[in-house]
Amino acid sequence: MTFEDLHLGSIVVSTVRNAPVLIFAAMAGLFAERSGVIDIGLEGKILASAFVSAAVAFTTQNPWYGILAGMAVSIALATLQGYVAVTQKGNQLVAGIAINIAMSGLTFVVAQYFFQQGGRTPDLGTARLPYVTLPGSAAVADVPVLGWIWTQLLGGHSILVYAAFALVPLVHWLLYHTRFGLRLRACGENPHAADAAGVSVERTRYTSMLIAGMLCSFSGAYLAIVQSGFFLRDMSAGMGYLALTAMVFGNWRPFYTFLGCLMFGFFTAVQIQLEGVDLPVVGRIPGALIQMVPYVVTVIALAGLMAKSVAPKAIGVPFVKSR
Amino acid sequence: MTTNDMPRWATGIVLPLLNLLSALLVAALAIHLLGEDPVDAMRILVNSAIVNPEGLSYTLFYASTFIFTGLAVSLAMQAGLFNIGAEGQMYFGGLGLTLAMLAFDASLPWYLLIPVGMVGAALFGALWAFIPGYLQAKRGSHIVVTTIMFNFIAASLMNFVIVKYLIPPGEQNTASRVFSDAAALPPLNAWFPALGDTPLNVSFFLSILALVIYGVFVSRSAWGYKLRATGLNKHAAHYAGVKISAMIIVTMLISGALAGLGAVNSIMGSTHYLSLNFVGGAGFVGIAIALMGRQHPVGIFLSSVLFGALIQGGFDLSLEKPNIPTETFIFIQGLIILFCGAMENLYAPVLIKLIKGKKG
Repeated sequence: MTFEDLHLGSIVVSTVRNAPVLIFAAMAGLFAERSGVIDIGLEGKILASAFVSAAVAFTTQNPWYGILAGMAVSIALATLQGYVAVTQKGNQLVAGIAINIAMSGLTFVVAQYFFQQGGRTPDLGTARLPYVTLPGSAAVADVPVLGWIWTQLLGGHSILVYAAFALVPLVHWLLYHTRFGLRLRACGENPHAADAAGVSVERTRYTSMLIAGMLCSFSGAYLAIVQSGFFLRDMSAGMGYLALTAMVFGNWRPFYTFLGCLMFGFFTAVQIQLEGVDLPVVGRIPGALIQMVPYVVTVIALAGLMAKSVAPKAIGVPFVKSR
Repeated sequence: MTTNDMPRWATGIVLPLLNLLSALLVAALAIHLLGEDPVDAMRILVNSAIVNPEGLSYTLFYASTFIFTGLAVSLAMQAGLFNIGAEGQMYFGGLGLTLAMLAFDASLPWYLLIPVGMVGAALFGALWAFIPGYLQAKRGSHIVVTTIMFNFIAASLMNFVIVKYLIPPGEQNTASRVFSDAAALPPLNAWFPALGDTPLNVSFFLSILALVIYGVFVSRSAWGYKLRATGLNKHAAHYAGVKISAMIIVTMLISGALAGLGAVNSIMGSTHYLSLNFVGGAGFVGIAIALMGRQHPVGIFLSSVLFGALIQGGFDLSLEKPNIPTETFIFIQGLIILFCGAMENLYAPVLIKLIKGKKG
């Protein structure tokens, strides 16, 4: 493979296909963190919902049941996080990390128990979500540029891809233009003021965690029953942390977070494309080094070289009602 | 009445024990659901990890590594820093140690090689923790996110370095060459043959020494006082004259050095070469140990032994019970972090009532 074989078009399409895992998780994190609960447990929730949705989709041969089951388990984990953060007033970081570690072990053990394939689920085959073919695809398929845009860039994805991209303006609207969004942000910035204004900080944070759990489940479901078609041990591979960083990168705002997700999706796409390619000047870059790129970019971004991020003020602080 | 008003035996011993018990109960339930008998599993685990002398020495061998990673996380925690990067720091420490050994193991005698290896491990571990520490101190980047990123970067970078530079020509195994015999830490079974065929070595005593030094420095020295003040209230400590950013950087340097030293036991004490993924989660176990041991030297020792026993017993258990693979213990580790770290005060209200009731 040579430099000329790199196709910009396929990088763009694969960016669009890589982004949803990050978008769902990052929007989930946004709800949790904007309400004041640190959500470092995204990784564990992605993994759990990926496994459960793959397992249930395979067993029932119906991807929708898989998605529902993944949602249930992700919401359960988010509720546990909410319980630690709100009721127990415990350490939210620790709770998230505990969930990530526990799920990494448990998904393997349960997958092994049920399927005996080294912690993998069987291939989903026809139980994957179908790809959407836009009307008129056949007619424009051979037209240059337009054909590519209509069948590859806009069409030919699973419904979840469209849902992910539609989610961003929806989250923006919910956060900034509804009463619920106002209250949610108040709980993350100044819970005592919210409390004084008659908002139940506890209930708002629990609700946010429920939404976060639900959104995060799509991330795992997408990974397992759209992208790969099976569950594999630790298949989330740091996506939850990347989503979290996209959010920090995007200053806890939906559109900027979305851009962060696209950026990471792009790097993943480039990494896959660059594998084994002879580049001019630098030659062949080893895969291990390309793998590092998103993480290095993240560190540089976090070092404030791009933008100073401002976290919600009350993030990670348990709310204790003052008397 | 809050947990601060409770007697120390209650917060220091009873609560952690209740939390640990809860975690193990959930684990037992999981084992039951997997169709195995939890009591039988427990019997096998205790037998092969503690009762059997060879198993016990394996337990202590794992514990020697865990003490170092546990100390690394604990020390940072004392300053209010959540160092999740012990995994990458130990990995990098292994590289420092290996580079030192590859350079000197043919020319130096053992009494110089061992300190040189330790210095290499500590130096590289410290280096890997320095950058997140510096970024936290000077640029305000969140140490949790940066150390996580540094774990990922370390994994990729080490993969590259080992494959590209360290594999001896003609070898397929992704590992460096084996060090000369002079670079091996003396195993303890040379003096205690009853221990059997085990990698337990003198670094067990080094880890105990590290625990003692940690205990003395954190609770008895002026520096330790500043460290804890920073952890309790950064602003108050700053007002009292502690240079916070210097404190953060120095703490992360020492924390990284401790994590790096964890590689000494694993590499110089056992494998005698650097291999891909040799850390195998010891850095994450360190988080669990720091939380369960409440950053106290005795607590760190006891929880390190507990985790060593879980790993050693887990291996044997997975051989006998195919439904309980070793990954089960990653799950149990998560449970212990959840119960002992995140929900550490779960039973405090009940316990407070009990104590009050007795007095009244």
